Amino acid sequence: MSVINEVATMPETQNHVQPIMEVVHLRKEFPLRQLNVFGPKRAVHAVEDATFALYPGRATALVGESGSGKTTIARILARLYYPTSGSILYRGEPIKLTGGSATRKYRRHVQMIFQDPFSSLNPIHTVRYHLSRPLRVFGHTRTHDEETQQILSLLNRVSLTPAEQFIQKYPHQLSGGQRQRVAIARSLAAQPEILLADEPVSMLDVSIRLDMLNLLLRLKNEEQLAFLFITHDIASARYFAEETLTMYAGQMVEGGPSEEIIQHPKHPYTQMLLSVAPDPERLKPGRSLPMLPARGEIPSLINPPTGCRFHPRCPHAMPVCKERFPARTNLGNGHWTHCFLYGDGEESQA
Amino acid sequence: MATAVATGKLLEVNNLSVDYLAGSGTVHAVTDVSFTLERGKVLGLAGESGSGKSTLAYAISRLLRPPALITGGEVIYHPPVLEKSNGTGRGHRQLKNEIWDTGAPIDILQCSAEQLRAFRWNTMSVVFQSAMNALNPVMNIGAQITDVLRAHRPEIGPDARQQRALELLKLVGIAPDRIKSYPHELSGGMRQRAVIAIALALSPEIIIMDEPTTALDVVVQREILTEILHLREEFGFSVIFITHDLSLLLELADNIAIMYAGRIVEYASQYDLYSRPCHPYSYGLLNSFPTLHGPRRTMTGIPGSPPDLRAIPSGCSFHPRCPLAFAPCNQVLPTLSPVPAQTSGRSVACHLYDSRFRAEPPTTAEIATHYEALAMTEGESEA
Repeated sequence: MSVINEVATMPETQNHVQPIMEVVHLRKEFPLRQLNVFGPKRAVHAVEDATFALYPGRATALVGESGSGKTTIARILARLYYPTSGSILYRGEPIKLTGGSATRKYRRHVQMIFQDPFSSLNPIHTVRYHLSRPLRVFGHTRTHDEETQQILSLLNRVSLTPAEQFIQKYPHQLSGGQRQRVAIARSLAAQPEILLADEPVSMLDVSIRLDMLNLLLRLKNEEQLAFLFITHDIASARYFAEETLTMYAGQMVEGGPSEEIIQHPKHPYTQMLLSVAPDPERLKPGRSLPMLPARGEIPSLINPPTGCRFHPRCPHAMPVCKERFPARTNLGNGHWTHCFLYGDGEESQA
Repeated sequence: MATAVATGKLLEVNNLSVDYLAGSGTVHAVTDVSFTLERGKVLGLAGESGSGKSTLAYAISRLLRPPALITGGEVIYHPPVLEKSNGTGRGHRQLKNEIWDTGAPIDILQCSAEQLRAFRWNTMSVVFQSAMNALNPVMNIGAQITDVLRAHRPEIGPDARQQRALELLKLVGIAPDRIKSYPHELSGGMRQRAVIAIALALSPEIIIMDEPTTALDVVVQREILTEILHLREEFGFSVIFITHDLSLLLELADNIAIMYAGRIVEYASQYDLYSRPCHPYSYGLLNSFPTLHGPRRTMTGIPGSPPDLRAIPSGCSFHPRCPLAFAPCNQVLPTLSPVPAQTSGRSVACHLYDSRFRAEPPTTAEIATHYEALAMTEGESEA
């Protein structure tokens, strides 16, 4: 039994390793159709002020309910959306957001794994075709033989063996887990340094999920890839990622080392997420199911609640929560939160 | 409501087998499954995809169509003992009473079309997998609820139907003013609630829930589960809950049956199963999801993949993947039998607990050691 991530979780390593990608004050609004041309501009405020960094060989998990803006962030980083404002820095350099060749150069370093392996592969093409496209587009191969060699080694890297058998198969001949492996191999074909994994295991069977997480862990540790891991399952965030960020309705509310966040959650939303996660440890002969501390759905992002967007559901809401969003409070050990319960921006040692 | 939580048998499944007749060979989806569902209890069915969970549920509700074929067994329904001649309040049970006035147990698999019509939804309703798609996109949810009432209770007038629909929506936690909403106007969680409302429309005794929360995120999932438990306490129906997520079942179900390759390999109460899984497969399933507590360690899950149901391995179908497999496993078929020296009501199909093959049953620690040894060898081969 080996303890994973032991070295990597130490907070001091963060100081030595340069971040490979930094996201600074990222915002994204999706404009809505304007019915009254003189009326106020309406938009879906999907992401408000996201700031974080990705490090080689480390994973950052984004957790939150559906509709909290996790996927939007990943899609901005994959250059599928333009951010409304904010900047993305790759190795310290701000990236150019326009131009086809700049985008292609960028995508060589950053690749995405999608949630649903049933729709992310083209049903009329073979595994070989799916893997050969990125190899050719990014100029990693010249000859047919070279291409075959690379495809076989990619299939071996994602444990699809014997690779010779899989190369000619169509997606419908593969199981869900095998398809997701092909999708991972495809993103690896570009030889990226950053992988954006958008709920890579949530569509898979429970027993296959762990295999897939272990495959990604191996890639992270052996090939020093940087991961952005999006999930709503906080337990798998703990298993996979060194750092966890909690998002609610487009706002980042808490972040820090995963173990710290899960064992000592500070923000009421993180506490709620943890209380609803299935946890057999609670199981006692005279059991009682945890009651939801706050009911209600994620708010409308067209007219989001003012101030902290969690305040209508928050059991500790104060009048000030309605007025403005609290500044970041550092709690030590790299753990921070945006909540008035712990102060408003000043350093505190909790 | 008058349906106090009665005890006793509600549904008895004996030696049920289902095959799919495919061109490439017969698929044995469910083989020789027996269990009993008690009144007011939640029975969980867990297993990987392709272990026959859904097929079993559809066989019980007689919803299977060719090429599926029920090749044997029986599903006995025990009707409640009815109080005689109570004129009011029982009106909606009339149709059922006409057909089953004897109160004798009935084999669902032998029912005529007319009997089935009275049985379905009156006694047993189903919440289908991906309930998002189970709703008709061109009908509003109010119409879909009243549709059930119109089909099964023709004696109820339109106003009373509308009233009942509002009542049902309120029960499952949807604001009554959403009755005219179409499915696309509702969130995933609300659609799920609407489907549960339809299942509850005729106050059935059994509800089969086939992965009702799989597509939902954790918060909504918890709300739905709390709702189900709350409604069960209020109305006293029984639930057969099918899922591949064992961590959910542990909190929800009273008893859990673990299925593998079409057979039940272990049957136990939720607490027994969690604290001491007997079958190596159950242990593997329990240890294949990351936890929130304890040391962070690499976990292995279960090696290999589920077998091809056209050619199930000989003997115990789990033996090619089992870290504890020994001599008799690939020859003798284990039967589901009580675990020696354990609380009653728990049974396992494994030779490790058979005194003919092994004197001393293994402890959980031993199963754990074998799985870890396997993890070590796998780690070495990968490195």
